[in-house]
Amino acid sequence: MSEHGMGAPPAEAPRPIAVVGASAAGLAAAETLRRSGWDGPLVLIGDEPHLPYDRPPLSKQLLLGAWEPDRLLLRTTDQLDPLGLDLRLGTRATGLDAATRTLTLVDGVGIPPLEQGRERGSLACAGVIIATGVTARTLPGAEHLAGVHTLRTLDDALALRARLADGGRRLVIVGNGVLGCEAAAVARGLGHEVTLVGRATVPMAGTVGAEIGGLLAEEHRARSVRLRTGVVDGFETVNGFETGNGFETGNGFKTANGFETAGDRVTGVRLADGTRLPADLVLLAIGSEPAVRWLTDPSLDTVDGLRCDAYCAAAPGIYAAGDVARWDHPVHGRPLRFEHRMNATEQGMAAARNLLAELAGEGIDIPAPDRRPFAPVPYFWSDQYDIKMQAYGLTAGADRTETTVLDRDARRAVALYGRDGTATGVLAIGLPPRQVRALRAVIATPVPWEEARDRIRTATGSG
Amino acid sequence: MKITLDTDKCCAAGQCVLIAPEVFDQRDEDGIVVLLDDAPPAEQHDAVREAAAICPAAAIEIQA
Repeated sequence: MSEHGMGAPPAEAPRPIAVVGASAAGLAAAETLRRSGWDGPLVLIGDEPHLPYDRPPLSKQLLLGAWEPDRLLLRTTDQLDPLGLDLRLGTRATGLDAATRTLTLVDGVGIPPLEQGRERGSLACAGVIIATGVTARTLPGAEHLAGVHTLRTLDDALALRARLADGGRRLVIVGNGVLGCEAAAVARGLGHEVTLVGRATVPMAGTVGAEIGGLLAEEHRARSVRLRTGVVDGFETVNGFETGNGFETGNGFKTANGFETAGDRVTGVRLADGTRLPADLVLLAIGSEPAVRWLTDPSLDTVDGLRCDAYCAAAPGIYAAGDVARWDHPVHGRPLRFEHRMNATEQGMAAARNLLAELAGEGIDIPAPDRRPFAPVPYFWSDQYDIKMQAYGLTAGADRTETTVLDRDARRAVALYGRDGTATGVLAIGLPPRQVRALRAVIATPVPWEEARDRIRTATGSG
Repeated sequence: MKITLDTDKCCAAGQCVLIAPEVFDQRDEDGIVVLLDDAPPAEQHDAVREAAAICPAAAIEIQA
């Protein structure tokens, strides 16, 4: 570590590796850099003021009130200290010059005793790992309305939780994907009236297909969640102002007069078909967009995430990991981007190892193995009520799906997903862990559809 | 090496069992992680560290 205090730093001071993004992927990258032998300066930059925390519980245990924020911390300060991080929380990277590996930073607040070497302006790096994740999508004008929430960050979740804790509310959830469904289950558990609105006719259709989506719909209905298919056209507010026009096209949105009034509070959601859904609270769960706007270097491709090669490299010395990274999956043969918790960690580790291998090749004295393509078996899970859903491989974008409901009342089911004659993904609800692991083995690499179907029937005893 | 689990956090991904099957298992009824060996021998340590690092619920804690 370099000297601090008096005098200028030595001219030969080693450049740091900077990890931009202090959530699961960024933390995994930082830890892996240290574990793999990087003992030079290591900067971890997070735009939120919080120590690295875990996001999946935000829409589950935290929203329910079962956990407090400290349970979401991925590491305690005692666990972070040995990493010797130059941890810059509440700090935002505003630019990256890829050719010189130089970051531009907005100064922020460091957290003692980890605070060290803070500097404004630019940070010339030996390497950079970008793990800035995604930001929640919203609707025009929603940010000015009291009672309209998103759910991406801890602060988001705490704000929504505080409103739900008031009790007896009508909650309209816009978006029936994973997040909307999980929040609906929690809000029902807390006794709220919940309406789940989505463009798709069944929940999570884009992720899991119509049949599993239908099974989920049954469960939500059985718990008295109202399911609506529709497109949001605008909000109604306590002052009677309506907003709308253009949510769908992105064009021509007009802000109603009085929209800036601090007292504006949502009272309902209006759908394009004219339906009015009364609401005390609205959760927008309409997806997210990769946090790449700060990456304006024209040498970087930032269409739907930061484009990377099979090694998670976006440019020499520049790597990406987690929700923000769109990389060439060597097994599936096309660029993929996952907003899955497991992928965040695995890709953070892979990007760190590959960056070190590259730096070793550039003559920096660190022990490093060869670079390896990042070829994970994708995995996601979702908890709704008593349902635990687990999926491996690719389930979205399938052109063929076969769903076997093993026990409708007990909500036990298995589904196979495929594309171009090849099975690419599998999903299980309510299966014992040994069977789930067997399903993973079936789909670890794409296999011919018929073969996968036979193996799944064997694994689940459903033949 | 000493391992502790937070079973409330466990999301039953089963990744730890794939990586270190001699140290971790899953309960049949709900897939929650089970510890087979809370002080595994040295040859297991790398796998256990990998399992702890990769656990998507941060449910595995290791004391060196």
